[in-house]
Amino acid sequence: MATTSSAHRCGSESLDLSNIDSIITTKTKIVALTHQSNVLGTIVPLEDLVKRTHDVGAVFILDACQSVPHMPVNVADLDIDFLAFSGHKAVGPTGVGVLWGRANLLEELPPFLFGGSMIESVTMTEATWAPAPRKFEPGVPNMAQIVGLGVALKYLTKIGMGAIHKHEIELTKYALDAMSGIDSLRILGPLNTDMRGGAVSFTLGEIHPHDLGQFLDDAGIAVRTGHHCAWPLTRKMGVAATTRASFYLYNTTEDIDQLCESILAAQKYFG
Amino acid sequence: MQLDNLYQEVILDHYKNPQNKKLSATYDAQVHHVNPSCGDEIDLNVTIKNGEVSAITWDGVGCSISQASVSVLTDLLIGKSISDAYRVFDEFVALMQSKGAVTGDEDLLEDAVAFAGVSKYPARIKCALLGWMAFKDASVQAQSKG
Repeated sequence: MATTSSAHRCGSESLDLSNIDSIITTKTKIVALTHQSNVLGTIVPLEDLVKRTHDVGAVFILDACQSVPHMPVNVADLDIDFLAFSGHKAVGPTGVGVLWGRANLLEELPPFLFGGSMIESVTMTEATWAPAPRKFEPGVPNMAQIVGLGVALKYLTKIGMGAIHKHEIELTKYALDAMSGIDSLRILGPLNTDMRGGAVSFTLGEIHPHDLGQFLDDAGIAVRTGHHCAWPLTRKMGVAATTRASFYLYNTTEDIDQLCESILAAQKYFG
Repeated sequence: MQLDNLYQEVILDHYKNPQNKKLSATYDAQVHHVNPSCGDEIDLNVTIKNGEVSAITWDGVGCSISQASVSVLTDLLIGKSISDAYRVFDEFVALMQSKGAVTGDEDLLEDAVAFAGVSKYPARIKCALLGWMAFKDASVQAQSKG
């Protein structure tokens, strides 16, 4: 299920939940959704979706790459079955992430890779597997990255996910307000922070995102440009690519002021 | 400003006033190329007459580097013999792969030497080459028809 509202409502793009009963049916085995869109910043309201998924006997998998590092997330409260997030979006190392699953489902799942440390017993004709999670972690572990991610998550937890979320919402409000004031800048995604996080994608008139991104990079500002691994979505939004600014615990309102100043300078440069 | 090495005046001029950016109704070969890492797309038509590149027209969406690069290409290669066009092509590709070590042969590349700075930005080299690779593809197809 990956539909967005078909109407092109600038500034209010969100998942259309009116037809979930016809999209999630008894034929559905898995519902996999992102918690917070990496393009639009929208936070998906999960309650009805998870309930419907379980009503039809399916499994709910949550991509939490943009939510776990940014706000309190409780898998029990959400009642989901699996959750995944990556280390590099949580001030951690690259090449490592977390998959959480319900114990009974992990027990049911067969391994998909084989190697050292994942067996219970092996003979010439058969093998049995170690209990999860070892069953899914064959071979030499990715030790340095795993330890690094553990430290990163402890660091975030110590600061407090509630405090991080509050800081981000304040920054996002400030950014939406400041960026909305820039001529020919169009924000894709909600213009308020009711159900959105700090990923703010936008277009700037005819200036191509790669040119804008290069300009901002030169000014010491890191943004992401392109279709954000979501080409069908950017096509649906009617744009070739967007520029995305995103905020985290280390950002300040001064950073946003600098971003806006540099956007104005880019307009002059490419204008 | 470091950025001015990348965005030479020639590049910004071609970006704002792209040359031959209107697909011709007739052609010997037409190709469609994309840069999957950024979504830039180009359609390009080539006509070859008596071993000479008689027309190149194109349309597309993309960043200033990709748009200016194909615009410069059309200015440079229309009217050249196929073998001369490929000499320019080879020189331009070598320039893009030079990591900033060479400035390019101005006699051969003319306005295209303005892209020398691009070779220092690995992420942008594909932008500069998009139209050139489309030309190579289309010209090979046009000749094989020939």
